[in-house]
Amino acid sequence: MPDTAALDARLDLADEQAPPATRVRGYWQSVAYRLWHDPLTLAFATVVILVVLAAIFAPLLAPFDPYKESIVGRLKPFGWRGHLLGTDELGRDMLSRLLFGGRVSLMMGVVPVLTAMLIGGLLGIVAGFVGGWVNTAIMRTMDVFYAFPSVLLAVAIAGAMGGGTANGMLALTLVFIPPLCRVAETATTQVRGLDFVEAARASGAGTAAIIRYHVLGNVLGPVFIYASSLVSVSILLASGLSFLGLGVRPPVPDWGLMLSTLRQSIYVVPSVCALPGLAIFVTSICFNLVSDGLRAAMDVRM
Amino acid sequence: MGKYILRRILYAIPIAFGVSVVCFALVYIAPGDPLQTVVPPDATAETIEVVKHAYGFDKPIPVQFVIWLGHVLTGDFGTSIATRRPVILEVSEALANTSLLALFAVPIAFFTGYTMGAVAGSFPGRWIDRLVTGAAVVGVSLPNYWLGIVLVIVFAVESLWLPATGMGPSGSAGFDILEWSNAKFLILPVVTLAMIPVGVIARTTRAAVAEMRNQDFVQTLRAKGLTEWAVARHVLKNAMPPVLAVMGLQFGYLLGGSILVETVFTWPGSGFLLSKAIINRDVPVLQGTILTLAMIFVAVNLIVDLLQSVIDPRIRRG
Repeated sequence: MPDTAALDARLDLADEQAPPATRVRGYWQSVAYRLWHDPLTLAFATVVILVVLAAIFAPLLAPFDPYKESIVGRLKPFGWRGHLLGTDELGRDMLSRLLFGGRVSLMMGVVPVLTAMLIGGLLGIVAGFVGGWVNTAIMRTMDVFYAFPSVLLAVAIAGAMGGGTANGMLALTLVFIPPLCRVAETATTQVRGLDFVEAARASGAGTAAIIRYHVLGNVLGPVFIYASSLVSVSILLASGLSFLGLGVRPPVPDWGLMLSTLRQSIYVVPSVCALPGLAIFVTSICFNLVSDGLRAAMDVRM
Repeated sequence: MGKYILRRILYAIPIAFGVSVVCFALVYIAPGDPLQTVVPPDATAETIEVVKHAYGFDKPIPVQFVIWLGHVLTGDFGTSIATRRPVILEVSEALANTSLLALFAVPIAFFTGYTMGAVAGSFPGRWIDRLVTGAAVVGVSLPNYWLGIVLVIVFAVESLWLPATGMGPSGSAGFDILEWSNAKFLILPVVTLAMIPVGVIARTTRAAVAEMRNQDFVQTLRAKGLTEWAVARHVLKNAMPPVLAVMGLQFGYLLGGSILVETVFTWPGSGFLLSKAIINRDVPVLQGTILTLAMIFVAVNLIVDLLQSVIDPRIRRG
């Protein structure tokens, strides 16, 4: 039997390469090992964690009340009377508003992606596993939403529904469902045709068991990695919506909204006005690089 | 070839139909009675009845859709609530201004991105590769509206070299691109818009070029004694199809991104029209603009697919 011979040859090769004393690492152990030896990803992950912590502990960290206005203290430069990062157009402390703003911006970056991952992933697995007309119906519907550039679709839905945080998040969720569904569908279709699924079915496993033990394990990786790369996109899109007046409503601090209202004041304190955008940029690039690092560590190809 | 083109065009028709359904539905996901979006809030009951009948809101929704589609196909997109002008006029005027930006931004973006990616992919692992890869990540993560604001701060607030916003000096009649006083209004919006796709195009090109260089045929070309330049020409040509596919998508992002960039620069294009429509709750304009932009995107992707199949005949058989 040529198959067994090839397998034996490969096993021999593996034995030769690995020193006999070393224990074989499991998948997650090797992912952790690779991450630990990737200092850049670790550094960017630290920044992400710091940003998240700063947003969570904003009430403790903020030196001022983010809503406290001051008529005399409007649009002041860095360091004016204890306002480390200056004040905005209503005299509110920029540092405090940036800290609190991170809460809304991060929530709008993460929640839509998670929701879309659940819905899109489920639809994709169903489409890929059932196949036939169910697949056609689901995937062709997704194609229609794919025909819109993402910003345009988000603006269209949020714009028609009249803005606000909830509508903004709903719009973003709808934007992210089609790409995640497509990734899940591709992965499921590939797995479904493999021999071990056939073997499981032949040995009497039911559909639920096959999906639970054989499909999910192979589909979750790509879907998760793709979703993690969407967090940065979601943060950018969410602040874009707020920038257009379609996201968070004033006076709630949000990076996109702050950038939009401070835009009128670039002639007075340009550097203060650029801060919210810098926060968006730094957060987005760190999420992006962490996602790239995770993709490499988990060895997911798409 | 003809068969492939026909099949691809036939495939685009249901997509275009679906897009029009989504755009039609926009009026109905708007909060409250869809009628409220087309009549002023102080309208009398009589006016409401007249409008209801005129717009066909008293008919079942599928019938309304067919009527609406008929209007759209004949170029009737309804009337703007804010200006009382036909939406088609508003959209086409704005689209002309956006096209002017895209005319410069698209070639700049594609050429820059492709060159960056090609150089990086030709020297994998070298400092130039790392530089380009780093720049590409920055480009992908940059909020372009913020980039626009920063560019305004640097070039219009701190240095007064270029105008901050608008299209031509105030009071000027028409836009004459050959006049420097007009043309300088283009520079900042074009640069900002062009930055949107550069990162992704550079990344895709780099990956495609690096993969091509590992193919056997490259080895063969070298063995035949071709110069590195000649080999690079073969590699770049073969790396083109995946890059083209991404360019089509990126063109859409550029169109979408114009919403934010045009808002920052108050450039009177389709994106600015859209953001005005949002502020005024002008749903007919919102619907008409989105339908037009989405249809352009569908058409561009169709053209890109056909171009790809011309460059790489293997796609036709797939």
